[in-house]
Amino acid sequence: MARVIVDVMLKPEILDPQGQAIARALPRLGFSGVTEVRQGKRFEVELDGPADEAALADVRKMAETLLANTVIEDYAVRVEP
Amino acid sequence: MGAARVGVVTFPGTLDDQDAARAVRHAGGEAVPLWHADHDLRGVDAVFLPGGFSYGDYLRCGAISRFAPLMEELIPAARAGLPVLGTCNGFQILCEAHLLPGALTRNQGLHYVCRDQRVRVENATTAWTADYAPGQELLLPVKHGEGRYVADAATIAALESGGQVVFRYLGANPNGSINDIAGISNEAGNVVGLMPHPEHAVEELTGAPSVDGRGFFTSILKRFVNL
Repeated sequence: MARVIVDVMLKPEILDPQGQAIARALPRLGFSGVTEVRQGKRFEVELDGPADEAALADVRKMAETLLANTVIEDYAVRVEP
Repeated sequence: MGAARVGVVTFPGTLDDQDAARAVRHAGGEAVPLWHADHDLRGVDAVFLPGGFSYGDYLRCGAISRFAPLMEELIPAARAGLPVLGTCNGFQILCEAHLLPGALTRNQGLHYVCRDQRVRVENATTAWTADYAPGQELLLPVKHGEGRYVADAATIAALESGGQVVFRYLGANPNGSINDIAGISNEAGNVVGLMPHPEHAVEELTGAPSVDGRGFFTSILKRFVNL
């Protein structure tokens, strides 16, 4: 059993109006010192076996195929310790 | 010969399929219902992917619809030349399916925009726009929250130089799309996607702002008369 995390973020050059709205709200709530916020998605993928290289290759394929739209998004795969 | 048969696809969460079928019939065509879970295009001459919130827009708009059984038939058929039109959610599905380049993202202003929008026909040679005049201005309803067309600079340059920008917003851009792009086509011109809704602008009776949407349907029907 293992948990693999896939983080999906809009590419840096893609406008993130949701992140901008969050960043604009923070000073109103009394939080200072924030220059930028970007919003993304986190997927927790539970495996029925170990997170070996073959399983991670599968998760990367999932990310490429479905979890991320690689036209506008980047993804990162890591194993949760 | 019989009227051209235009398939209208229904996914769970599709909203505009009945208007789309009505618009096809209004123009004199036969509207053929296509169900997302079937591996069957029923021998249609063209396909309309209507708007709505297919699969609840879960994950990303169109991301799950793209893998529907019907899409497994539609994607190779479109690549082989079958005329396909996607409006709104249909446009999002065509981009997710990589039948059209780029992607549709959250409106720049974050608001869902529902209004009548002026657009200009930039390419009147596609399968779905041949009955318009180049440069013709249309008034069509828009209603979307994720209609901001984006693509990398090289893709945008290729679309612009290749005449694949088919529609451009006039006046205020409702979503912040790059170069005011409202709709595009593939290189061959048989696959067209746009955010505005021609199927909601074919009859005065329904409160439509115009009947400017009729040209999409007369374009595709004439194509099959002329073949």
